Order: sequence, then structure tokens, then C-alpha cells
Amino acid sequence: MLLAFSAGNVATWIVWVVAAFACLASGVAVVTFTNPFYSALALIGNLGALAVLYLLLAAEFVAAAQVLVYAGAVMVMFLFVIAYLGSHADTPWAGGPSWQTLGAVGAAGAIFVEIVVVIGLSAGGRLSHSARLPDSFGSPQQIGRVFVTDHLLAFETTSIVLLVAAIGGVVLGAHAREDVDGLEEAG
Amino acid sequence: MLGPGVFWYLGVSAFLFATGAFGVLVRRSPLIILLALEIMLNAGNLALIAFSRQQGRADGQIFALTVMAVAAAEVVVGLGLIVAISRRRLALDVDKLTSLRG
Repeated sequence: MLLAFSAGNVATWIVWVVAAFACLASGVAVVTFTNPFYSALALIGNLGALAVLYLLLAAEFVAAAQVLVYAGAVMVMFLFVIAYLGSHADTPWAGGPSWQTLGAVGAAGAIFVEIVVVIGLSAGGRLSHSARLPDSFGSPQQIGRVFVTDHLLAFETTSIVLLVAAIGGVVLGAHAREDVDGLEEAG
Repeated sequence: MLGPGVFWYLGVSAFLFATGAFGVLVRRSPLIILLALEIMLNAGNLALIAFSRQQGRADGQIFALTVMAVAAAEVVVGLGLIVAISRRRLALDVDKLTSLRG
């Protein structure tokens, strides 16, 4: 009980509450904004708040990668595409709630209850105590060592997945250009 | 472990996943569906890292990094498809994109 009221514990709780609330609010904002540009900006906030939660869970390297790769590179690509296409307003709830919206709320609520019940049933008793960590837990050094020893196959497979995705992006772009050329010649 | 226990993080993760699932089900713009998918993937990542912290093993973090790379690949292909759709002057509305033509 001494630990429960120490200054570090209270500070961690405050940071957690702020980050978790920002995370949930920006997640709801991504889904409810009608303008895709604002949705993408809200997702950047969501990813930043998640990075704070990762830091609290002693995952420094993953938090850094999250900010650099996700909130940086991937979201810039999203914003470029949204700017290229123009922001078409998408208004799923114009004219009151439809049966689709109600069904989606029901399905999402069912998924939430299922996750909570399954985790509670299978791991509920063991979640209250967590392992003691060495200081180096989650550091780039440790992640790198685990990556190239225990999980080398996953590491190499990831490189192939990224290569195939890059080729797929080029192929999709090239086909789209041919179609546009064909349309312009025909018209 | 200072601060909230692992189950609080799992609660946030479950709520985020349900939010993303709601977005995928209800939105019509493929761009916003991709954004909601990202939320679902990140909810999975948060649960993986929370369990990694609880077990004291780094394997969950490795898994989260792999998910991140796969999500980047998914965004590349998804955005490529969306740009190709808009270049063919089709409506960016998943309710209207119902037929495949070879």
C-alpha cells in the first residue's frame, strides 16, 4: 500500500489518464469527422497518445518507431492522397440514424464485450501482477538482439512483404496511368 | 509496476478496437475506412505491448513492430487502389463499388 500512494505512482496515473483519454477521444473523432482531412489529423493525435502509452509500458523503441514511421511517414502519405483527391465530405449520419448505424453500434458493442469477457475469463486472475523488468527492457539494443536471434524469420519475411507492397504500389500506379491515357486518346 | 495495471491498458485497447470496427462498418469513404483499420491495428499493438510488459518478455514488442511494417504495406496498396479508383472517375463510395470487371 505504500507504493500505491508514492509520488511516482500518482504522476504515472495522471500521465496515463491524460494519454488514454486523448487516445479514446481522438479515436472516436477519426470515426465521426465528416472531412477525411480532419480524420487523418485526429489519427495523428491518436498515434501520438498511443506512443505515450507505449512509453509507460516500457516499450521505448516501439514508441519511437510509432512516431517516426506511423505518425511521420504513413500519415504524410495519407495526407498527400487526401490532398490529391480533394476532401469529399462523407456524411454517414445525414438524416438521422439509419438501421445500418444502429447495427454497427450493436456490432461494435458486441466486439467490445467479447474482448473484455474473453480476456477476463482466460487471463483475469494473472493480470494483476506483472513481471519485474531489467532496466534495458524495450531498449533498441534488446529489441535488435531478439529480432536477429529468436525472430530472424519474421524479420526477413517483413522485408519481403515490404518489397512486394512497393512493387504492388508501382504496378497499381502504372495501370492507372495507362487507363487515363487510353481514355484521353479515345475521347 | 507504477501506475495502472495491465487490464486498464487492455480496456483502452478493446475500446479502440471496437471504435475502429464501428468506423469500418459505418463509413462509406474508403479513405476513412483505411484510417479506421489503422485504429484497429493499433489497438492490437497496444494489447501486444501490454502483455509483453506483463510477461516481462520482448516478443510482444517484436510482434508489434512486425504489425507496424505490415500496416505500412497495407496502406501503400490501399492508397494505390484508391488513387486508381479515382483516376477511373469512379465514385469513392464503397456502397457503389460493388462489381468487379477484369
